[in-house]
Amino acid sequence: MSDLEANDAAPYSLAELMVVAASRAFGAEGEVLATGIGALPRLAASLSMLTDNPDLMMTDSEAWLLSTPNPISGRSATTAQAQECWMGFSRIFDNVWSGRRHAMVGPTQIDRFGQANISALGGNYQQPKVQMLGVRGFPGNSISHANSFFVPAHSKRVFVDGECDVVASIGYNPARLPKGYQLDDIDIRLIITNLCVMDFGGTDHAVRLVSLHPGVSLQEVLDNTGFELQVDGEPAVTAAPTAEQLRLIAELDPANLRSRQLKDNPPGVRAA
Amino acid sequence: MNKLKSPADAISAIKSGMTIGIGGWGPRRKPMALIRELLRSDVSDLTVVAYGGADVGQLCAAGKVKKVIFAFVSLDFIPLEPGFRKARESGAIEVTEIDEGMMLLGLRAAAWRIPFIPTNIGLGTDVIVNAPEIKVIDSPYDDKAWVAMPALKLDVALIHANRADRRGNCQITSPDLYMDDWFARAAEQTIVSCEELVETEFFHAGDEARSVHWERSQTSAVVHIPGGAHPSSCSPHYGHDVGAFKAYATAIAEGGFSDYQREVIGASEADYQRSAGGLEKIQALPLPVY
Repeated sequence: MSDLEANDAAPYSLAELMVVAASRAFGAEGEVLATGIGALPRLAASLSMLTDNPDLMMTDSEAWLLSTPNPISGRSATTAQAQECWMGFSRIFDNVWSGRRHAMVGPTQIDRFGQANISALGGNYQQPKVQMLGVRGFPGNSISHANSFFVPAHSKRVFVDGECDVVASIGYNPARLPKGYQLDDIDIRLIITNLCVMDFGGTDHAVRLVSLHPGVSLQEVLDNTGFELQVDGEPAVTAAPTAEQLRLIAELDPANLRSRQLKDNPPGVRAA
Repeated sequence: MNKLKSPADAISAIKSGMTIGIGGWGPRRKPMALIRELLRSDVSDLTVVAYGGADVGQLCAAGKVKKVIFAFVSLDFIPLEPGFRKARESGAIEVTEIDEGMMLLGLRAAAWRIPFIPTNIGLGTDVIVNAPEIKVIDSPYDDKAWVAMPALKLDVALIHANRADRRGNCQITSPDLYMDDWFARAAEQTIVSCEELVETEFFHAGDEARSVHWERSQTSAVVHIPGGAHPSSCSPHYGHDVGAFKAYATAIAEGGFSDYQREVIGASEADYQRSAGGLEKIQALPLPVY
């Protein structure tokens, strides 16, 4: 794909830009189970399986592994699917504990160590101020396999100062490192937000800026991040989706669920 | 042996203070008719182990629960389960919050009659900080820390199956049996409600017996309640009832679970199904598409 072709692509939405950026998390993974929680992460994993990583494994979000991903919208209960292997929830754990998985999840809070929270906010263990989902599979996922984060609204409420209210997943926190473990045993990859892409490639696994989405300023990212963000040199700009990627995304989401995931469905290139 | 019982007879095995496990997952194939029968009883002070949905929420809302052992309680399309949320935010219940996989390991340990299963799950998180009863131990084989996930022994397990016979053979034809087999094995007594009551000969044909996932010795009582998972789903028989879940959430939001219990749950399952629009309507609920 030449630059010229990329520039010829139709206008794209921020959701589509984020899906394409997120799909790169799975590109070099080989034969692992990709689990994208929510419409956009699921689209990202599906797109990767249809483009740069056909060896990826995905489920139907119920009980079967698929040879080719289901569309995330527009299906009926009777639509045939390309199932290749039974994958009930108990077998998901067998896969998780084998390490052959990469999950992309959307925590309510993420701290500078990459510790994440979907359990509860405020108060205490006996009486939280806000009860959310519970820790779900976060503890087991985080110590077993690769994880990436998808954040639709980049803010200091998500990227908190200090630690998460409930540390549901292990991160690069020396103070919590279990006996016999190294920080390198933890494997947190990308953070894709509505403003930028980040990773944990900074000094001592600090959160580092990878790229800013088109039209987003560095200052806006810093102003909306509750901890210090490592910025090495001039930030790159997140690559635009290609026409082929946009076509596949539309095919995977015929009912355009992706247009309802971000507030006001903003364009991918922010107006100056 | 004939294990067929009425809902009330079966549920009378549950006494105040017991630990019960509930099969299914979130809004999927929950033994809700058995839960409703429990709501109609005077049992209280229960410890509940579940991949929770409205089962856990309703027991909490009705004041039946002393403690919940959970990894999540959610209705999926209503992410935050209203009854559980209210109980938590008012400090009304004790909890042990664990990972989904830790729950599976705890049920397996109970099933295998061993005190714990070592795992790395929970290390580095608040799970082991907040629940000091879950011990971190040394290994005789390496120099790493390990979490000793304790056995989750159940007095009674409640499960909803697609089919069962009077002897306690239970068939799950839903694409996923969740951890129901482990709930059955972890419990002293297992009460199974079913959509269809069949003769044992039903399982003789073809590969029907392939979807019988635990032996009948793990089943103590069988209750025939078509529609008994409502408002949760029971694939392939019927889907979940969005309207019924929303009505329950509204009842909790308006502070009226006692009204909900009187008007919706009623004095019998026949009352309940009338309030839900009848069995035919339940059985016609479309299967969800994920």
